[in-house]
Amino acid sequence: MIANLGFGALTAAFLVSLYGIGASFYGMRQNKPAWVDSARNGMLLTFPLLTLSALCIIVLLATDHYEVEYVASVTSRSMPMYLKVTALWGGQAGSLVFWSWLMSAFASAVTLRKWERDREFLPWVIVVSLVTLAFFLGLNIFVENPFTRLWQFPSGQVIEKMFQPAASSLFYPRDGQGLNPLLRHPGMVIHPPMLYLGFVAFVIPYSFAIAALVTGRTDDRWIRLTRRWTLWAWMFLSLGLVLGSRWAYDVLGWGGYWGWDPVEIAAFMPWLTGTAFLHSVMIQEKRGMLKQWNMVLIILTYSLVIFGTFLTRSGVLSSVHAFAQSAVGPLFFAFIGLTFIASMSLLFHRWNDLKARAEMTSMLSREALFLLNNLLFIGILMVCFWGVIFPLISELFTGQKVTVGPPFYERANGPLMAGLLLLMAVAPLSAWGHSTIKTLGRAVWKPAVAAVSVVAAVVFSGISNLYAIIGIFLTTFVMAVTLYEFGRGAAARGRRHGENFFLALWELIKRNRRRYGGYIIHLSMAMLAIGIIGIEIFQSETQGSLRQGESLTLGEYSMTYDSLAVFDAPDNRNVARAVVSVSKDGKPVGELYPRRDFFYDSQQPMTIPGVRSTIEDDFYVLLVDWEEISTRSATFKIYHNPLVKWMWLGCWVFIFGTLVAAWPEKESGLAPVLASRKNREAAKA
Amino acid sequence: MEETITQKGSSNRMKFIVGGALIVAAVIYLIVSSTQASAQYFLTIDEVVAKGDQVLDRDLRISGAVLGDTIAYDRESLSLSFKVAHVPGDNDEIEAEGGLAEALHAAATDPSRSRLQIIYEGPMPDLLQDEAQAIMTGRLGDDGIFYADELLLKCPTKYEEAVPEQVEVQQ
Repeated sequence: MIANLGFGALTAAFLVSLYGIGASFYGMRQNKPAWVDSARNGMLLTFPLLTLSALCIIVLLATDHYEVEYVASVTSRSMPMYLKVTALWGGQAGSLVFWSWLMSAFASAVTLRKWERDREFLPWVIVVSLVTLAFFLGLNIFVENPFTRLWQFPSGQVIEKMFQPAASSLFYPRDGQGLNPLLRHPGMVIHPPMLYLGFVAFVIPYSFAIAALVTGRTDDRWIRLTRRWTLWAWMFLSLGLVLGSRWAYDVLGWGGYWGWDPVEIAAFMPWLTGTAFLHSVMIQEKRGMLKQWNMVLIILTYSLVIFGTFLTRSGVLSSVHAFAQSAVGPLFFAFIGLTFIASMSLLFHRWNDLKARAEMTSMLSREALFLLNNLLFIGILMVCFWGVIFPLISELFTGQKVTVGPPFYERANGPLMAGLLLLMAVAPLSAWGHSTIKTLGRAVWKPAVAAVSVVAAVVFSGISNLYAIIGIFLTTFVMAVTLYEFGRGAAARGRRHGENFFLALWELIKRNRRRYGGYIIHLSMAMLAIGIIGIEIFQSETQGSLRQGESLTLGEYSMTYDSLAVFDAPDNRNVARAVVSVSKDGKPVGELYPRRDFFYDSQQPMTIPGVRSTIEDDFYVLLVDWEEISTRSATFKIYHNPLVKWMWLGCWVFIFGTLVAAWPEKESGLAPVLASRKNREAAKA
Repeated sequence: MEETITQKGSSNRMKFIVGGALIVAAVIYLIVSSTQASAQYFLTIDEVVAKGDQVLDRDLRISGAVLGDTIAYDRESLSLSFKVAHVPGDNDEIEAEGGLAEALHAAATDPSRSRLQIIYEGPMPDLLQDEAQAIMTGRLGDDGIFYADELLLKCPTKYEEAVPEQVEVQQ
């Protein structure tokens, strides 16, 4: 009953989307705004329909309706309620519905804004959003239906179908298979929605870009309209990536956070083009350049978002033996191919309208450095893309399948990422239009001296790893430049307006939120880089089998095995939990409880590390094995991960920076932008 | 006057083109050299057994079905040893055997398939069990044993693909 209702709502949403696409086209062709309004209403209708459909799945999940195949495949009776509900995105079919639901929410939000001045964009924004939505809904209805049920024939055979086949009756499994224990983690509960929010939100700027291309209104209007969308999209995508890393660090038990596997890369690629886009739109706004390039970037981002959704959910890469083999695979590729070709043809059609207003003159100007930043991002994208498709290419040309592992990505991306850090340090100090070594040098030397002195101190303290030294120099350089910019700006404002430093800093940020929000994000990236340098270069590990009371030493740390308890927990798992006491430089600093849970329903163990985390380093203990019954001895693996906490702290700074940059201004529209520009010019004069 | 401006413009343009080309060349160099430095050859167990000596000093990536009763673990040295049986490398062949789960089951129960001894040092992976698919990178030793540096495991029967691949990474 509920399944039928949910499927009905899903189908209705699909039909309404198709209607909206048609009505919007017709309204434009015949110049009948009423039809476009009708399409807009259709778009608004998809949201309640999909909300209903998603709610139906949630009800089915929460009430143990295991006759529904999806429910049986992702939940089980012993799972707590919050996991049952969030299993909506625990499998492929449900997460596609979830994707569509987010899409309709965003598209509805967009159509509800004031459109007076941008009326000509509306029909195209509707068409692009609805085409995307219809594609996903179509997948749900025809290929990956979350509402299919299990039917049993008198012969005992059970099949999976949406509607009752003749002579069969519903089959009720006693319990579901349950969610993989590894995914039963709060990080994993919010990681997919964040990623999806990021993915979906990028569809909006893309639809505006297409609208601009089709209508020929190719000025900066579409970019100004979607600037905040892009920032939000980018923030969610970034958070999705970081949460995934955090989960890996907390749960996977190998002391790492990122493994360069294809699924991770699939989520990382749209982030790369999105980040490049965020930067290069600024050049278009300020200098009227790179208009064509921005279009390319947003089109690529859209394609990569769809590709990412596909890879993270379809399981094509779950086999080392590669692509395809999934029913949705060819459909996804066809959709990506068609939208990409259509978008690019549109772009070439408008190519000449998108010519730059000005030309770059100086290699060290802000815009040239931004361009360089873009090239580096695209360079990293090429590295990632190559890594993912290399097995296919090698097989095609040599008949021998060759793959590349994490060392490939680290080696190839390392220099490019270092280049990005360097740009992050230099670019904020370079001038728009014209900049020379001399002017840039004058601006840069103070923070550079600060960074060099930090590096000197680091070298003096005995660190001799070249990569570490370069990395530390670059990150401190970025931080020094960024803080210097804040200090310099606030001091100048303070002098001008007679404000004290903190008031001036507050006003400065308030009045140039985009710029200083961006700088705060730069700071967070430097913090992230510090964490990565710490764990990548300075991680150390050891392992050992200890009797009770014995200790294992790693660097300044030493851990003692105190005891171990094995017991059953209420949620159908057996827990082996060790107590170890940790001391640093001979002083006790606390206890850790590394454990191993064994899930009876899935017959699968899960290792959960005990971690002591400080600003300076993490001490990370894994319980590997123990002597049954007597628990007299146990085996541990321990990691020392310096500075890794900076990564998670940087994440908070990052959110803060994005909020500063993206928070809606009180006044809306162009007027305040112009006003503030006037103010700035007045201030300059 | 106008001519000098355009000349200046075009020399400027040249500068940017050369700069851009240098960066593109650098990226290509990084990609090519890193590919050569870290290429791993995908082989099936049959191929490893057949090629033997020819692949001794190459980085290999192999996949096979874990044989549950061969798993042995030394807690003192954290040394793990087990055998894997050949599974086809080609998707069509796997599909022909009825999907990955069936192919793994067939591989583990068919004594005529070629088998390979694996040694891996590290914590016992959570997912190591009979008929799991093991994907390993490492090198083949002179003694015919495969020394794995990295071990990924997956159990295809149990869950819908909802686990990112990284889940199974054990390093």
